[in-house]
Amino acid sequence: MKLKTLILAGAMSVASGAAWAACSFENPVPLKSLSAGFEAWKAVTDAMAECGNFSASLDQEFREKQPEAFAANPALYQIGGVSNATLVPLLNAGTIRPLDDLVAKYGQDLLPNQLIKVDGQTMAIAMMVNAQHLMYRSDILADLGIAEPKTYADVLAAAEKIKEAGVVEYPLGGTFKTGWNLGQEFVNMYLGEGGEFFADGNMPAINNEKGVRALETLKAMTAYMDPEYLVSDSTYVQQQFQQGKIAMANLWASRAAAMNDEAESQVVGKVKMAAAPMGSAAPATTIWWDGMVLAKNMSDEEADAAFRVMMEGIDAEMVQANNDVAVWLNPAYTPGELAAGAAASAEAGAKPYPASGPMGIMHTALGNGLADYLTGAKDAQTTLADIEADYLTAAKEAGLVSN
Amino acid sequence: MNFRTFAAFVGPSVFMMLLFIAFPLVSVFKQSFYVTQPIYETVEVETCTPGFLTQTCVTEEKSIPKLDEHGEIITQTQFVGLESYRNVLEPERAWRAISEGSWSVLSTINFWKALRFTLTFTLITLPLVIGFGLAIAIVINNAAQAIRGPVIFVSLLPFIITPVIGALSINWLFRGDGILTAMLEWWLNRDIALFAQAWTIELLMMLYRVWHVAPFAAIVFYAGLQTVNQDSLESAVIDGASRWQRLKYIVIPHLMPLIIFVSMIHLMDAYRVFEEIVGFSSQGYVISLQWLTYDFLVPDQAGNRSISRASASAMLTMVGIVILLIAPLRRTWRDHKGGH
Repeated sequence: MKLKTLILAGAMSVASGAAWAACSFENPVPLKSLSAGFEAWKAVTDAMAECGNFSASLDQEFREKQPEAFAANPALYQIGGVSNATLVPLLNAGTIRPLDDLVAKYGQDLLPNQLIKVDGQTMAIAMMVNAQHLMYRSDILADLGIAEPKTYADVLAAAEKIKEAGVVEYPLGGTFKTGWNLGQEFVNMYLGEGGEFFADGNMPAINNEKGVRALETLKAMTAYMDPEYLVSDSTYVQQQFQQGKIAMANLWASRAAAMNDEAESQVVGKVKMAAAPMGSAAPATTIWWDGMVLAKNMSDEEADAAFRVMMEGIDAEMVQANNDVAVWLNPAYTPGELAAGAAASAEAGAKPYPASGPMGIMHTALGNGLADYLTGAKDAQTTLADIEADYLTAAKEAGLVSN
Repeated sequence: MNFRTFAAFVGPSVFMMLLFIAFPLVSVFKQSFYVTQPIYETVEVETCTPGFLTQTCVTEEKSIPKLDEHGEIITQTQFVGLESYRNVLEPERAWRAISEGSWSVLSTINFWKALRFTLTFTLITLPLVIGFGLAIAIVINNAAQAIRGPVIFVSLLPFIITPVIGALSINWLFRGDGILTAMLEWWLNRDIALFAQAWTIELLMMLYRVWHVAPFAAIVFYAGLQTVNQDSLESAVIDGASRWQRLKYIVIPHLMPLIIFVSMIHLMDAYRVFEEIVGFSSQGYVISLQWLTYDFLVPDQAGNRSISRASASAMLTMVGIVILLIAPLRRTWRDHKGGH
């Protein structure tokens, strides 16, 4: 199975490589990039490699390596792949280069919303957005006469009906794995309730009505999920969908294509993408972007070449060849049914993930502390108070909160 | 051997031990008393991120670290005494929980939760490893000469497997509708979720550890069994001693130094239990002291990590191991003195 996928992937990249027109210029400068390793990055770096003299590191541990590698002089990698959260340490350390001059020179094909601006300067180029949104089995909901769930109350009501009908093993799936995933679920819910994470001076502010409501919704959902929810990550939920074990889940847009993968999925064409369910204030989800940055510690000549290679990597040809791999930010992108969920969530007013130094600590504290509430070891208020205490200890140690 | 030759032989390894063990240890010890942090300033920043079709721009106050003229982040290091230890141990909360007699509250404080599991894990697996190790050694020793080689090889297999890989395999075998869970469900005719509560996960972890380490104990004991005095055994047989009596009065006392040795190694290893937590992704239910140190050390997305608390927690783990080793060490010391 593994080997087959590998061979297939290899064959496909050769085939698609041949189908693309080669790079529009010959790259003379040796360049390297360091990014995450999911499907979209593979497509982009393959397209960049066509310009020659380019090698890509697709590495799941990239966020531990990037800050050090970019701080070196000269930088060990010229191009970095980041998301809104992993951009923060690079921005803080001042190791990435403002891109405005290069955008003016070579960036005529970029959409205005691809330019990630910090204080008026373009610091990164976004290439795709990602968000968690509702995916559901349209066949099951239609059979049971359930309308598309719009709020979490709808989701829970639908889950109850599906449970009574007993058509799937578990009505709901969820990326509730303790740690980053579970923290993200709370972030979604809490923002959906219109909550703010911080008060002045980076003080935590989650122990309130909205926080409790977010927790209660999460717990209500677990009643309809696989009891092993605290170990289930995105891949696990995706497989549950593919094997027809669950009927609904709030899952990443980047996983949508897998639902229609004939080789893996038993539910091809049956999973519908919809907006993330509403909280009381906004859709309970966050918008993430992935994109690229250039290191500061390199020559202008290198930066010039690196930017041109980068543009080749995210050009229209690449997007057309890999249309369904991600929700691309590109005029050539045709949003199909798979992107409908992310688009609808954004239209309904989903907020971007509030990435910052303190938020990094908060996310970790949430991810580690929420399980105690879900397993029943603590009540909601104690859980939130303990998470705030945990955050404060770490934030003081990091120097973000003064003693 | 004269001193020069002795020094020439021992020198390199002493140097290596100083360089790779002693110095890092001293540095960790020192770091547990200091906190190094960047100096932040609060500035108003406008950030624009892609929405769908349009951009979302927000202006908000952000803490940005100050940079010096070379573009490096300015950091300050200050002595904080036992602050980091206090942050790890959370003595006030722990004391409140104890004085209220509330075990469930105490077991939600990270350090104490980790200590509880680490100790249970270490002390329960210890006798099992010794027991199974001895049993396997005796089986090997009594196996016919012809099949002894293959038997040794097969019983050593679990020990050869990389711990993380082994833990992951067990995870996959039992998680969700894994093969073995499916078999259990079919056999008991009920739904089973082994990863949905703490005690089943703990049980799986201990089973895995015993399965993994018992072969090591077995091979050590098997070596010891080769030197058991055959005359004593024969005279015991003549005196009408049963198999069990021979084991209890001759074999086990003979193996005692090895049993102590295996116990010490196992105490040190098991107290640093880590692979099981990661392999079983059990953080939601069960954590260990070593995992706690690791969790402090791993940077979050924004690049923050808690080096000082990690150092304090590492030091506390070491202290724990030393305390556990006192008993077997004293015994060895006594035996050693008695031997002369």
